[in-house]
Amino acid sequence: MIFVTVGTQLPFPRMIRAVALWASNRGRRDLYFQHGGYSGDLNGLANTDFLDAATAAKSLQTASIVVAHAGTGTILSCLERGIPCIIVPRHGALGEHRNDHQIATARKFEGRGGIFVAWSEFDIAPLLDRASELSGGSGIDPYASPELISAIRDFVWEGRSRHE
Amino acid sequence: MSATRPKVLAISSRGGHWTQLRRLRRAFSDCDVIWASTDAALAREVAPDSFVTVPDASRWDRIKLVWSILCVLWLVLRLRPHAIVSTGAAPGYFALRFGRLVGARTLWLDSFANAEELSLSGRKTSSFADVTLTQWAHLGEPLPESVKCEKDRAYYAGAVL
Repeated sequence: MIFVTVGTQLPFPRMIRAVALWASNRGRRDLYFQHGGYSGDLNGLANTDFLDAATAAKSLQTASIVVAHAGTGTILSCLERGIPCIIVPRHGALGEHRNDHQIATARKFEGRGGIFVAWSEFDIAPLLDRASELSGGSGIDPYASPELISAIRDFVWEGRSRHE
Repeated sequence: MSATRPKVLAISSRGGHWTQLRRLRRAFSDCDVIWASTDAALAREVAPDSFVTVPDASRWDRIKLVWSILCVLWLVLRLRPHAIVSTGAAPGYFALRFGRLVGARTLWLDSFANAEELSLSGRKTSSFADVTLTQWAHLGEPLPESVKCEKDRAYYAGAVL
């Protein structure tokens, strides 16, 4: 199954339309869209506007590949599970987000094992066509860097001593 | 180091903020941690730790925002945590604000998504939180080990991955 997700906040019709068009051209039915509110035609493919966290996690877990907006949550979840993920950054100028931070995020993750950037909607179909070759990477562990963990641990314990 | 376990409130909204927050879990391994977020289904990701649901809010919907702020205020007053850690967005920001009322130490970890500048919330928290962290080295100074953090500054001490 191909899980297509726009995250918890905003719709992203440019991405949804491109994936739906690809599915229609290839005659694929094994997709599940979480689109945040999409007024276009999905040809009866499975879809919903938003998902609760448990269902979203389940959909991700059962996906062979994910197509997503370039949101940190989806990217980290795919990296943790070793699921290949095509990310499409939202553009502030197109009203898809309040600014271009997803372009910066996509730049940071480009080239990382398991993450494939579609810089425009026209890059999505070629990536989906070779989905079977896209590997999800080995899966990262579910914890922040040791440096950050240690800084936050110190902070928390320092706080305690001040209350004695 | 005290023998008593610190009580920590770890709070964020759902989505990417939460995914980043739960990756800090190891930092709280010897603490009494209470997780709080805006989707009850997230409880299972941190079970068997305590989990509290708070209503979602954004600055675009006034009534919901006020309700969410009151719930966060009540949570902070009820728990009286020693420390509050948040990765954003609105519920975490207000938890840090109210944390001062109960003498909690407060830490803001700005989202990994803010690679080019600190978020608006992050810039605001840096004026009152004990520590404001960015996840990008070029956006912050190295976190000092023993000296106090200065106001209106962001520090860097690593990232959630």
